[in-house]
Amino acid sequence: MADRIGRGIEIKHLYKIFGERAVEHVDSIKGGMSKTALMEQHSHVLGLKDINISMPGGCIQVIMGLSGSGKSTLIRHINRLIDPTVGEVLVNGVDVVKMNKADLLRFRRHQTAMVFQKFALLPHRTVLDNTVYGLEVQGLPRKRQVENAMLWIERVGLGGFQHRYPNQLSGGMQQRVGLARALTNDAPILLMDEAFSALDPLIRSDMQTVLLELQKEIKKTIVFITHDLDEALRLGDRIAILRDGEVIQQGTSHEIVLRPADEYIARFVKEVNRGRVLHVGAIMEAATSKAEPPGLRTGLKTTLEEAAKMLVQSGEESLSVVDDEGRFAGVIDIRGIAKAIATSEPWPIDANRSGAGRAPDSEQRPRRPAGLAAEASTTRLAI
Amino acid sequence: MTWLTTFPQMNDAYLTAFKKAIDEGFRQFTRAYGDSIEAFFNPLQSFLIASERLMINTPWPIVIAVIALIAWVASRSLRVVAGSVIILLAIGYFGMWEDTMRTISMILVCTVLSVVIGIPIGIVMSRSAHVQNIVNPILDVMQTMPSFVYLIPVVMLLGIGKVPGLIAVVIYALPPMVRLTNLGIRLVDRDVLEAADAFGSSNWQKLKNVQLPLAMPTIMAGINQTIMMALAMVVIASMIGVQGLGQPVLKAIANQYFTLGMFNGLAIVGIAIIFDRVSQAFGLRLQKHRETVHG
Repeated sequence: MADRIGRGIEIKHLYKIFGERAVEHVDSIKGGMSKTALMEQHSHVLGLKDINISMPGGCIQVIMGLSGSGKSTLIRHINRLIDPTVGEVLVNGVDVVKMNKADLLRFRRHQTAMVFQKFALLPHRTVLDNTVYGLEVQGLPRKRQVENAMLWIERVGLGGFQHRYPNQLSGGMQQRVGLARALTNDAPILLMDEAFSALDPLIRSDMQTVLLELQKEIKKTIVFITHDLDEALRLGDRIAILRDGEVIQQGTSHEIVLRPADEYIARFVKEVNRGRVLHVGAIMEAATSKAEPPGLRTGLKTTLEEAAKMLVQSGEESLSVVDDEGRFAGVIDIRGIAKAIATSEPWPIDANRSGAGRAPDSEQRPRRPAGLAAEASTTRLAI
Repeated sequence: MTWLTTFPQMNDAYLTAFKKAIDEGFRQFTRAYGDSIEAFFNPLQSFLIASERLMINTPWPIVIAVIALIAWVASRSLRVVAGSVIILLAIGYFGMWEDTMRTISMILVCTVLSVVIGIPIGIVMSRSAHVQNIVNPILDVMQTMPSFVYLIPVVMLLGIGKVPGLIAVVIYALPPMVRLTNLGIRLVDRDVLEAADAFGSSNWQKLKNVQLPLAMPTIMAGINQTIMMALAMVVIASMIGVQGLGQPVLKAIANQYFTLGMFNGLAIVGIAIIFDRVSQAFGLRLQKHRETVHG
């Protein structure tokens, strides 16, 4: 299973307009017509506008937005449950949008698996028969279907329930079946459409833990849709925030918490428990010399909350932060932690030493990287 | 101002000529193709006769045992089985065994035919709004047209006997089968269908794994309705020579034999109850997975 590491997905200039003559209106949208104007003048609904997201393979990409933001529409473009009006969805370099019917079926069977908000289990089938569904459709022999399915039923903690019907299970357990069904398919891409949104907070948190644990091992490309920023920050290696069908910011959780692109995101971020999201690496004072002061040390990925706990318990003034190879990277003290947690102002750029080893690639709408813009214009000419 | 008080109808002479022309046309059609159409239905005729013979020639205890067994397998309810056996014993005791066997045989063949024709039409209908718009009015006509009216051309073409009776019954009993199959498939949860799509199900896989199983309760209701409507047609079918419980009823109407009519009428009610309870219990058992809903 580990040899099927997830594949990268690239979404380029994707537009979706709902309505009978959608294609005719793409140019006016590109020319700056607003969603409301499109609705009033042509009774067409703008679903998605110029979506560009590059999802690296093996990572969890969260797409966050409130209801109506187009996030569920977006995820359905990846396995083409919804056809885009224009645009490209490249999986491993192949454009899903251009696939014919047979190729699309094969793509859905072998490359993707999906988990749904409302579980969408087959009510007349037992847990086991639901779980084998993907493999059954692929046409695998029943014996192998059952072997694989039982493995995942055990892994998601449903061992012993395989002969129950979905209606005999609680919501949390039903979604475990949904997860087992998707994982049994063993596809490199896992699409999760608000998979945990219908669950109680405690169970939701359990399921997030299950997913993160599993992901360490399966390394799939997971696209996770949610309307909950806490969930997004906890799960996402990368997060894209959607509003009214447009991506308004994308980046790592740090980038979104520390430098929200606009008022809208800032309002969300205010509610976040920063101590649990931020890592010491992002706010430490970077080392000016190689000489590491004596005392406690911790890794770059320690959360502020954990770091604060360590400081309080030890009674020391500051912590040395070391990178993955154990080299001294910076220091952090309780005052710095308190400042990072208490403030909701955008964090000054120069204080950022992206310690997680990732280049800061927060794409903020007003300041679009020149490269992307150039690419955009050429693609437009091609269309 | 006569056009206000009397409807300005077509000239009488024209009207008569018009009707005559249609009649003549149909008569010619009958003369030309009647034999080949009859030949086409011959296999059905032999099948009907064979099925009737089987029902009559099988010793009655075996028939009762088989029906009891079917009732048990379908319903798993002793009450339904006991009820069926008691009804059959009473029918036999009052001297209506043979007619009842003929009627049951006829109903079974009609139902099987309606199911075999109706379900595919219902499936096609559920897939296309266009087909639905065409088929629906036809079904409306089939259901509202008085059955005597379409007996006329059927009898003209095929004469009197079992096959025209069967056709008349099937025309009447088919619509609920088609309608409820269509409805059942259309009511299937869209989320579940989307999931089936997401896992790459082909159309056939979707139909077989999702749509038909989930529509099954509605389809079973359709089969139940079809059986009931077929039974309701038994007396009318007897007018064109279908033997069975309908004929004594017809005789009773003509001669005002109150008791004869009542007995045979009750026998029809009796087998209707058996068919209804057994098929409904079976339909319920198919939905067993829905029983225990978790809070």
